[in-house]
Amino acid sequence: MREYLQEISALTMRWVRRLSREKFSMLFTLVQPMLFWLIFFGNLFQRAADTQVVQAPTYISFLAAGVVVMTVLNNGLAGGVDLLFDKENGFLERLMSTPIHRTSVILSRFLFVMTITSLQVLVILGVAFLFGVRPATGFLGVAVILLIGLLFGVGLTAISMALAFSVKSHGDFFSVLGFLSLPMIFLSSALVPLSAMPAWMSLLARFNPMTWAIDAVRPLILSGWAAALGPVAMVVVIMVAFDALCLYGSAKAFRRAMG
Amino acid sequence: MGRAVAIDVSKLGKVYDGVTAVQDLSFQVYAGEIFGLLGPNGAGKSTTLRVLITLLRPTTGQATVLGHDVVREAEAVRRLIGYVPQERAIDRFLTGREHLLLLGDLYHLPKDESCRRIAELLKLVDLEGKADLPAKTYSGGMKRKLDIACGLLPNPKILFLDEPTLGLDVQSRLRIWEYIRRLRERGITVVMTTNYLDEADQLCDRLAIIDEGRIKALGSPSELKTALGGDTLSLTVGEADMGRVELLASALKGLPAIRAISTRPTGLEIRVESPEKALPAVLEAAGRLACRLEFIEYHRPRLDDVFVAHTGHAIRSEFPEAEE
Repeated sequence: MREYLQEISALTMRWVRRLSREKFSMLFTLVQPMLFWLIFFGNLFQRAADTQVVQAPTYISFLAAGVVVMTVLNNGLAGGVDLLFDKENGFLERLMSTPIHRTSVILSRFLFVMTITSLQVLVILGVAFLFGVRPATGFLGVAVILLIGLLFGVGLTAISMALAFSVKSHGDFFSVLGFLSLPMIFLSSALVPLSAMPAWMSLLARFNPMTWAIDAVRPLILSGWAAALGPVAMVVVIMVAFDALCLYGSAKAFRRAMG
Repeated sequence: MGRAVAIDVSKLGKVYDGVTAVQDLSFQVYAGEIFGLLGPNGAGKSTTLRVLITLLRPTTGQATVLGHDVVREAEAVRRLIGYVPQERAIDRFLTGREHLLLLGDLYHLPKDESCRRIAELLKLVDLEGKADLPAKTYSGGMKRKLDIACGLLPNPKILFLDEPTLGLDVQSRLRIWEYIRRLRERGITVVMTTNYLDEADQLCDRLAIIDEGRIKALGSPSELKTALGGDTLSLTVGEADMGRVELLASALKGLPAIRAISTRPTGLEIRVESPEKALPAVLEAAGRLACRLEFIEYHRPRLDDVFVAHTGHAIRSEFPEAEE
């Protein structure tokens, strides 16, 4: 057990170290786009979006939940990238040739991605706060939002790692990623409520786990516990199933890749 | 020979997605030697190495490392070996020292022990001055040295190196060879893959020539060369005297230092045991028969010849692309 902790903390610290040396690219690739969505898109559509339709005092308060979950989506789907590079340059082999538990590398990645995602969610909620978005459920509500983010993020990171272990080249990885992420966003309730979508889109969006996550985060921000409890309970059930499926798939991919 | 066996591979085979990478490999590596797996790219060297370091499960056959089965006792094997993967198995954002510290934790070394070994290894590979710079500032040769230090950190009984000098410039290659020889002096068994003939020839105590997933020849470089039938003497005979070539051949046949004679369109090719004994006899016979020799070429077999003789083709990737 002591050995396991030693491995995991060393491997997790490696990701932290890398991040601290890549501050610049980190800032621009991960934090900025999401903030831009919130700040520019949120304010830009303030007058174009009908508050009757979005059922929120301002568009930005409606959008906040979407941007929070989009952050989880992007971080999760990109969560396997570093393992992909490790696989391609042989670093992963070096790690796996040491007497570490077979799950340590993956676990360290989960820990790292989940921590970073949580911090970013807090930043986004903080910026939203500056634009007048006060979460209706207070600090406890924020904690539940983080929990939903974690639940969704675990499955997404697992998909990303499975992909990283399965693809032949990183070109494939990024094309699959690009192919996944935008439709996931547009076919969800991130930008527009389901009720305002064309029927076929809202139908597809209902099969998107992201929609369920957003529809639970949104009342936590906009309405209060009475409206939020139902969707939160629902999303927990859905995410547990989603995570189980993703973890099963990634465990298989990992075992295949590791011979 | 009564030497201790460090690695025992028996009828090993590996099939990936229906493609056979290696089949029916059997060989032993003795404790304390430098053992080479020589072959062109795609011959199955790296696959063999990955099975031995427990990263791949063999499809058939088995292998033991220091008595431990690489599948059933993988964990025990991992504790005894060090591994140096192919070039660039390095995190560009970490410093050299951070690489070693990370590995120290993965081998579960106590902090002070880890630091002590790191200081010693950095000295061994001459990286002390650059240990705290990020690896992205390192040259190809320096990355390789760091790789080797990483492989040595666990104090392994056996060090596995995958193409240790691939893509290095000449000086760096020579330095890496020197480190590897130093390891042997310390009693470490070294197993390495290479597709450079000169590397296999100069560095390895024994080697296995692998081509198309099979072992084609096994032995020390000099044994392999001797097994080809000794040194070669090529005689180019003047065109006017070509008629007398057969006479010359029969005169030489049976002489003590001469092993085999074959006729070539331009003269004779003679396999000799030692040139000192054979050459006077050849000259004497040629003089006696008034067979004028235009050119005499003496050729000691190189590993290239061994390779061609056993695989039927020259080793493919020849010239290293230096990368700095």
